Amino acid sequence: MAAGVAAWLPFARAAAIGWMPVANLPMPVAPTEKNKRQDELIILNVSGRRFQTWRNTLDRYPDTLLGSSEKEFFYNEETKEYFFDRDPDVFRSVLNFYRTGKLHYPRYECISSYDEELAFFGIVPEIIGDCCYEEYKDRKRENAERLMDDQEDNKDAKLPNMTFRETMWRAFENPHTSTMALVFYYVTGFFIAVSVITNVVETVPCGSAPNQKEVPCGERYTVAFFCMDTACVMIFTVEYLMRLFAAPSRYRFMRSVMSIIDVVAILPYYIGLVMTDNEDVSGAFVTLRVFRVFRIFKFSRHSQGLRILGYTLKSCASELGFLLFSLTMAIIIFATVMFYAEKGSSSSKFTSIPASFWYTIVTMTTLGYGDMVPKTIAGKIFGSICSLSGVLVIALPVPVIVSNFSRIYHQNQRADKRRAQKVQKARLARIRISKTGSSSAFLHSKRNGLFNEALELTQLPYKMNLSDQNSTEDEQRLSKSTSLLESQHHHLLHCLEKTTNHEFVDEQYYQQSYLEAGLQNYPSRSPSLSSQDGVTGTCCTRRSKKHHTPLPNASAPAHMQPLTHTHTHPQGLQELSTIHIQPLSTSRSSLNMRVDEPAPLNCQSSQITTAIISIPTPPVTTPEGDAHLPAGPTHQNVVKVSAL
Amino acid sequence: MSCRKRCKREIFRFAQYLFRLITGSLNTDSVEDELELSAVRHRPEGLEQLEAQTRFSRKELQILYRGFKNECPSGVVNEETFKDIYSQFFPQGDASTYAHFLFNAFDTDHNGSVSFEDFVMGLSILLRGTVQEKLNWAFNLYDINKDGYITKEEMLDIMKAIYDMMGKCTYPVLKEETPRQHVEVFFQKMDKNKDGVVTIDEFIDCCQNDENIMRSMHLFENVL
Repeated sequence: MAAGVAAWLPFARAAAIGWMPVANLPMPVAPTEKNKRQDELIILNVSGRRFQTWRNTLDRYPDTLLGSSEKEFFYNEETKEYFFDRDPDVFRSVLNFYRTGKLHYPRYECISSYDEELAFFGIVPEIIGDCCYEEYKDRKRENAERLMDDQEDNKDAKLPNMTFRETMWRAFENPHTSTMALVFYYVTGFFIAVSVITNVVETVPCGSAPNQKEVPCGERYTVAFFCMDTACVMIFTVEYLMRLFAAPSRYRFMRSVMSIIDVVAILPYYIGLVMTDNEDVSGAFVTLRVFRVFRIFKFSRHSQGLRILGYTLKSCASELGFLLFSLTMAIIIFATVMFYAEKGSSSSKFTSIPASFWYTIVTMTTLGYGDMVPKTIAGKIFGSICSLSGVLVIALPVPVIVSNFSRIYHQNQRADKRRAQKVQKARLARIRISKTGSSSAFLHSKRNGLFNEALELTQLPYKMNLSDQNSTEDEQRLSKSTSLLESQHHHLLHCLEKTTNHEFVDEQYYQQSYLEAGLQNYPSRSPSLSSQDGVTGTCCTRRSKKHHTPLPNASAPAHMQPLTHTHTHPQGLQELSTIHIQPLSTSRSSLNMRVDEPAPLNCQSSQITTAIISIPTPPVTTPEGDAHLPAGPTHQNVVKVSAL
Repeated sequence: MSCRKRCKREIFRFAQYLFRLITGSLNTDSVEDELELSAVRHRPEGLEQLEAQTRFSRKELQILYRGFKNECPSGVVNEETFKDIYSQFFPQGDASTYAHFLFNAFDTDHNGSVSFEDFVMGLSILLRGTVQEKLNWAFNLYDINKDGYITKEEMLDIMKAIYDMMGKCTYPVLKEETPRQHVEVFFQKMDKNKDGVVTIDEFIDCCQNDENIMRSMHLFENVL
C-alpha cells in the first residue's frame, strides 16, 4: 500500500459502514491502538543536518530501520533526537520515500554509495519508482561489468595446482602468462605470415628463359615452395592438435570458429597429399589451394581489432542484410528500366536485364567502369537517377555499422534489444509483485492468526483451554510482525469477507477449488464432505479428533467428526467452508455443528494455531441456536483464526 | 486593431507552414501547444468553521487535511482519483463500481468533485454521528437515484459492486446468483410491507432491531 494512500485508510474504514446493513454476519472486532498518542514531530540528525518529520510518516514502512524500533538504537538522550552518522544528501532521498511513497535515485549519486545507504536503512532497491528505475539499473550494470573486468584482469595470477592441461590452455589463450607461451605465440604468427607470403609469391612470374614464356615462381622452384608449405602445415597441425588436447571442452572447441578456420587452412595440403596426379581431379585440387588463403584469418587470434571487427559484423547482421536486400531491389528496378530505355538504340550493350545488372551495380556503387554506358536520352536520365540513389542506399547503413563498432570497442557488449526486453520483463514482474504483495500480505496474516488480538478482548469461559501465557506470547509475536496500519487494513478486508460471506484466497487455491467444485455437484451436506479423499493428515484433523472435550453446551460431539476439511488445503482454511456454506443451507445438523465448536485450541506445533471462539448468530435463528449462545450478547464474534 | 493583429498572425503562421513544407523540416512536433487548462485549485474553509460544522477536533482536522492534500494537491478529488485511491485498499477485486457509489454519496452537492469539506462532513457522520445519522447515510448510499426508495435493482447494483470488490479468487467460488440471493435475503429482512421497495423508515426500523447491525455501527468509532 502506498504511503500516501495509508492516510486515507480511516476514510476507507469509515466507508465500510456502507456494508453493515447488508451484511448478515457479525463483524470482527476492530484492532485498537494500544497506546494512542498524539502525532509528534521527531528530529533526525544526519551528520549534523536536521530533518524533521511526523512520527506517523516513518511508521508507514515498519520493515525499514526508521519505521521500526531499530531506530531507538540511534536515539540520543541529551539532545532528544535520532543521530545517524551517514550521508545527508542520500538521506534526502530516503526520507522522501517515506513522505511520498516513491523512492527516487538521484543521478549525480554514485551507485555503490546509494546502495550502501539503502542497505543501511533497510530499504529494498527494487521499489525505486519507474521514473528512476532504468537509470538505476543501467548504472548498476555498468558497475557490475567494471567489477567483472577488474576481476578478469586479476585472473592472470597463476593459481596453484593447475594441471598441465590447464596450464597449456591458459598459455594458448593468453600469451602473456609465461615466456613459453609468448614464444609459441610469436612463432605461430611468424609462420602464418610466411605461409601467406609464400602463397602470394608463388603466383608471381619469375624471370624466365628468353625463349620460354613466363612462369610463376611456384612452378620454377616447386621443391622449395613445397618444403615451405610442408613446414608451415606441420607447425599448424601440431598447434591444432595441442589446442585440441588442452581444450577444456573438446566438443565446444571443435565447434568454435577459430578451430574451423584452422582445419580449413591445413586440409587442402593433406587432400593434395592423398590425391594422386590424376588429370581429372587436378582441377579441383587447384581450387582447393584457394582455401589456403584462410590462413590469414588465423591472425585474428593475434589481433584484438580483427576480433572486434568480426563481432561488429556479426552484430550488424541485420543491417547488412537490409542493405543487401534493398540493394537487390534497387538493382532489379533500375536494370529493368535501363534495359527498356536502351532497347531502342542500336548496338546497345544492354542486351538483357541480367546484363544490365552489371551496369546498375557499377553505377550505384559509383564505380563507373564505363564499359556500359547509356546512349539514349531516357537512358541517361535514368542512369543519373540510378547513381544518385545508389549513394543514398549504400550510405545509409554505414553509420549504424560504425556506431556498432565503437560500441563494441568500448566493451558494451550487451545487445540493446536483449536489454530492453529484460527491462520490460522485469518491470512487469515488479508491478505484478507489488500488486500481489498487498493481497498476499492479507492472506498471509490471516493464516498467521492475526486476530489473536481480538482473542484478548473477548474473555469468555470458552477460553479455559487457552493458557494465558500462550496468548500473550502470540500477541507479542504478532504485534511485532504487523503494524497497526496493516492490522487495520486487514480488519477492513475481513469485514468485507463477512459482508459477502466469502473469503479471499490466493490464486492456486482458487483454481484448485474451482476444479473441484466442477467435479462435485454441491458439497453442502456435511457427511459428504468428510467422505472426500485427498485429505492429508494435517493438524486440523488431529485437532478436531483430539478435542472432543465436553463443552458446557455440547450436545452432539458426533457432529464434530464431519468437521474435517473438505479440500486439501494446506493452510487449513477449510473450517471456514463448513461455517460459511452453512448459512446458505438450512440444515439443522449443520447449525448444531457450528454451535458445537470446541474451545480455542492452541497447537503448540508450528503447524497450526487454530482457535474458534464463540458462536455466530445464524441468520435464520432457531431456538436451539439461541439457547447455545454463550454469556453476554455483547461480544459475540466469529473470530476464526487459522494458521499454518 | 485586434482584427488586424490577428490577420497578421494568421498570415505569418501560414507562411511558416509553407516554408516548413518546402524545406522539409524534420521537426514534426507541433509548436503550437494547446493552452493547458489551469489546474483547479480549491482552498477549504477555515479550520474554525470546519470545527464548528463537524464533530472533529482541531487536531483531527489537521491530520485529515494533511492526508487529503497529500493525495490530492489540488484540493478536490475527482471520481477517477477517488476510484484509484479506493482501489488500492482492495487489491484482489475491482473496487471501482463501489467507489463510484461512494463518490456519489460523498459528493453531496453533485458537482462531480469531492472537496475537503464534503469529505470531512461525510467522515464526521460516519465516525462521530449518531446511529440514526449513520443509517441515514447508508440509506443514502443505497438509494442510487436519491428518490427515497431502495428498489431491488438499486440494491442489486450495490450488491454486485460489493461482490466485485472480492475479486475472483474467493472461497467458496462466487457464483452468478450470489448477489441476487443476498439481495433477496436483504429484502426479506427489510421490506416489512412487501411492497418491493424499502423506505427510509423501514430501513431504520429494521436496522435498529438487528443487533448485529447495531453493533457494527459502533465498530469504527475509534478510527481517527
